Amino acid sequence: MRDTLRSQRFRQAREDQWRTLDRLLDRAERGSVSDLTDAQLLSIPVLYRATLSSLSVARATSLDRNLTAYLEALCTRAYFFVYGPRTTLLERIGGFFVTDWPRTAQRLWRETLISFALMLMGAAIAYVLTLHDPGWYSAFIPANLAGGRTPEATAAALRVVLYSQDNKGWLAPFAAFLFTHNAQISILAFALGFAFCLPTGVLMTTNGCALGAIFALYVSHGLGFQMGGWLLIHGVTELWAVTLSGAAGFRIGWRFAFPGEAQRLTAVAEAGREGAMLMFGVIVMLSIAGLLEGLGRQLITSDWARYAIAGFSAVAWGVYLYAPRPGARREGAQ
Amino acid sequence: MTDTYVPPSPLDTHRIRELVTPEGVDLQLRLADAGERAGAFLIDAAVIVGVLIGATIALALIAVVVRAPFMPQAMVVVWLLGFFLLRNFYFIGFELSGRAATPGKRMIGLRVASRNGGPLTADAIFARNALREIEVYLPMSFILANAGGLGGWMVTAGLVWSGVFALFPLFNRDRLRAGDLAAGTWVVRAPKRRLGIELARRAEAEAPFAFTVAQIGAYGEAELQVLEDVLRSNNSRVVADVAMRIRRKIEWTSAPGERDGAFLDAYYAALRGRLETGMLFGRRRRDKHDRPV
Repeated sequence: MRDTLRSQRFRQAREDQWRTLDRLLDRAERGSVSDLTDAQLLSIPVLYRATLSSLSVARATSLDRNLTAYLEALCTRAYFFVYGPRTTLLERIGGFFVTDWPRTAQRLWRETLISFALMLMGAAIAYVLTLHDPGWYSAFIPANLAGGRTPEATAAALRVVLYSQDNKGWLAPFAAFLFTHNAQISILAFALGFAFCLPTGVLMTTNGCALGAIFALYVSHGLGFQMGGWLLIHGVTELWAVTLSGAAGFRIGWRFAFPGEAQRLTAVAEAGREGAMLMFGVIVMLSIAGLLEGLGRQLITSDWARYAIAGFSAVAWGVYLYAPRPGARREGAQ
Repeated sequence: MTDTYVPPSPLDTHRIRELVTPEGVDLQLRLADAGERAGAFLIDAAVIVGVLIGATIALALIAVVVRAPFMPQAMVVVWLLGFFLLRNFYFIGFELSGRAATPGKRMIGLRVASRNGGPLTADAIFARNALREIEVYLPMSFILANAGGLGGWMVTAGLVWSGVFALFPLFNRDRLRAGDLAAGTWVVRAPKRRLGIELARRAEAEAPFAFTVAQIGAYGEAELQVLEDVLRSNNSRVVADVAMRIRRKIEWTSAPGERDGAFLDAYYAALRGRLETGMLFGRRRRDKHDRPV
């Protein structure tokens, strides 16, 4: 009989621990942390540290490659579990609405203003141009989107669009379409920020141009006030959300181009995560805007009621996102 | 730790990144290479397209078969929202789970991790996946625009521009996508490994082989690892071939009825024992050309 190898005795003494950790991780990773008992949950970090020390010993004393590779893989899995996020989904969602979203919106106020200014500029330019020469209209609004709303249309025909209550059965699909379409565009605006802000800027400006052009069309037919209500009932929420998605995009591109004191990679990653935080909020806002546009606007045809909803949503979003919060400054300083 | 440990394959070394845990042990993460990333993505894309086609057919059938009022509308709503969720939240949802990997990444044995070693947060996962918009969908939309009749030069320019984002991982050492860059993440290999049997133990059951010091000293660690692979793969032809070569090299005279497997088991245990004893005294022997321990 040959002597038992030292590394072999080492494995025999600790193998049970590793296998226990392996099994616990299997269950935890399957998402069933809740059916682990408290004792099992508490044993994971202990087993993890024991296994980590086994890995150090194995690297220094064992030439069994299968063993070291196994321990490395096991330790890596355990590391990601032990040092992973510790909050539940519900806590995360709560934290997002109570602090994370408004705080990020406040931190990105400069980008938000720039994004809004670009949209406003596009709207103003398109408005002035279209009002003076209706020929510009087709340059801002592609024919397939105009849907008969052209400078040649009569005021009566344009009016019908504002108050039409046709196709009531299709309101829900319409709302769903508007939401998914707008959300996709806003995610694109965010992603395009990565290309040094420029494409996001173009997207914001052209979006403003389309608004300005169609508004000018209605103003020239004496329907400016009515158009305002039609646009703003959902537009306050939707345009605010689009502005924020542009701001999130600008943040990435700006920090990429001008990282300041920070390392470029760190700066971009930080900006990307801030922007993403804001984007979760943008998607929430757009789903509300989709409901207001798809359902609210088709069911509420009184101009004053539309303006009232627009005003209310403006105040509500403003207060929610930008009102100073008690304790915010102290936590921010930490 | 790094100076005493030989990583399994020298081909891998340029992809190993240091991750020192708070306990002070370097986990030596291996980054996924471009092929593994592309493979995982193709699996995920196939799953998405498959689910989309299946769900579309199912929803259409329901709308036709169930003749309730508003049924077509309800199915359209489900389809629109389902398409949006699938396109944007397939990756996000799976990466938010404990394994931090989509089905494609799980099959290849990859996971997403935070580059600074900290916890992987929801905002990072959103950021890395939102950028697929410019990495995947933007180039795709330019290709479709070509079919839609946009000018050839415009399409080419668009493809070149958006191709920069799509091919980003090929142009940096860490194989980062634009999304990884914007989220502070990277994709590492995190396969689930099985602990194999203890090979040295198998030798104990056999009759003892008496190797001389010179016979055991014929090889180093590299050869030991090859021998381990041979024993674990357990292919009888390879085992016979390797046993024959080792016998010739160490000038071993076989006892009558000696099995190749038993000989290799015993030689493996003896060689490993000797090299490991050397290790304890700080003497390593990389391969047979290195000086003996």
